[in-house]
Amino acid sequence: MKKTLFAALICCAALGAHAADKEVSLVIKNHRFEPAELKVPANERVRLTVHNQDSTPEEFESHALNREKVIPGGAKVVIFIGPLKAGSYAFEGEFNASTARGVVIAE
Amino acid sequence: MFATSLIVFRETLEAALLIGIVAASTKGLSGRSRWLSLGVLVGAVGSLAVAAGMGRISAWADGIGQDLVNVAIIGVALAMLSWHCVWVSTHAKDMVRDAKALGNRVSSNKGSMLALSVAVAMAVLREGAETALFVAGFVSGTPTPVGDVFVSVSLGLAAGSSVGVVLYFGLARIKAQHLFAVTNGLMLLLIGSLASQLGKNLIQSGLVSQGMTPLWSTEAWLSNESALGVFFHALAGYDANPAALQVWLYAASIGLVWWATRYVTQQRDAAVKLPTPVQI
Repeated sequence: MKKTLFAALICCAALGAHAADKEVSLVIKNHRFEPAELKVPANERVRLTVHNQDSTPEEFESHALNREKVIPGGAKVVIFIGPLKAGSYAFEGEFNASTARGVVIAE
Repeated sequence: MFATSLIVFRETLEAALLIGIVAASTKGLSGRSRWLSLGVLVGAVGSLAVAAGMGRISAWADGIGQDLVNVAIIGVALAMLSWHCVWVSTHAKDMVRDAKALGNRVSSNKGSMLALSVAVAMAVLREGAETALFVAGFVSGTPTPVGDVFVSVSLGLAAGSSVGVVLYFGLARIKAQHLFAVTNGLMLLLIGSLASQLGKNLIQSGLVSQGMTPLWSTEAWLSNESALGVFFHALAGYDANPAALQVWLYAASIGLVWWATRYVTQQRDAAVKLPTPVQI
């Protein structure tokens, strides 16, 4: 049962992947996001890759984007965001919220 | 240091509320402490294992491994809580009668207790893994003395757990004949909350591309960053900007449990009230 479910999920992932989502990426370095201002197209789903180049984990969190995901030290994760209405959406690294801050600008 | 405690507190809160509600709903059942402790223990050990393997898990399936694991964990918790909810609703009358007749010890249903134990384990596992990862990173990444880290983490854990304990003792004051109705109502909210989070994970991982747009925004009234927002998120899955899929799943899961409860109750009543053949 579980295997079937997992296989189904993988199939879904494969199906989802072929739709050409616009790709953008962020890097975490010294507990800061680079770039801190990320431009994305409005009204479409975007595939965001976050690469944590620090050795410590971080949590990408944004109430405005309704997303949260842990990124272990050195890891690279994918987060799908949007479709967003034009506007700006703040995000932060919850584990280092004093420095890790950024904003997604949909236009 | 305060920031560390706060993060641990927030991660602990959700699991603590779930355990508080589950503990209240099984008040007076024999062996329930053992079952619930087992759930917490398995969840805690599991969360250390998941935290240790998080680097590898994150890389699975092209960067969405963590979401797949979360979907599985939430799915299991959801199934277990739903099953228990239906079971309790259809046995509530018997349980209340037994509770009155036998004092405080009612023999528990093994399947139902196991389901709750698993649900508790899943709740602890999900929040615990993130907490463990955060703490490990904090210890290795900053020059803060380990003793200080230990104090901050313990404070956060204690604060989070105490909210669950307060909720439990509040619920425990409710009379037996009303208790199941109240805990079942709260459990329905937890079920909705889990279903909503399942939807969020499916969207975030790109597995589902339906219902991605927020249905409404209540950000102006109650932000998820406010203390009340955090509380309602943990208790009832409150999201200020819920994607349509989250709202659908929230409603569907509660509707399904409600329907299943009605169906099982009707079946049982029908079986009890079979018309007796007329003797001529």
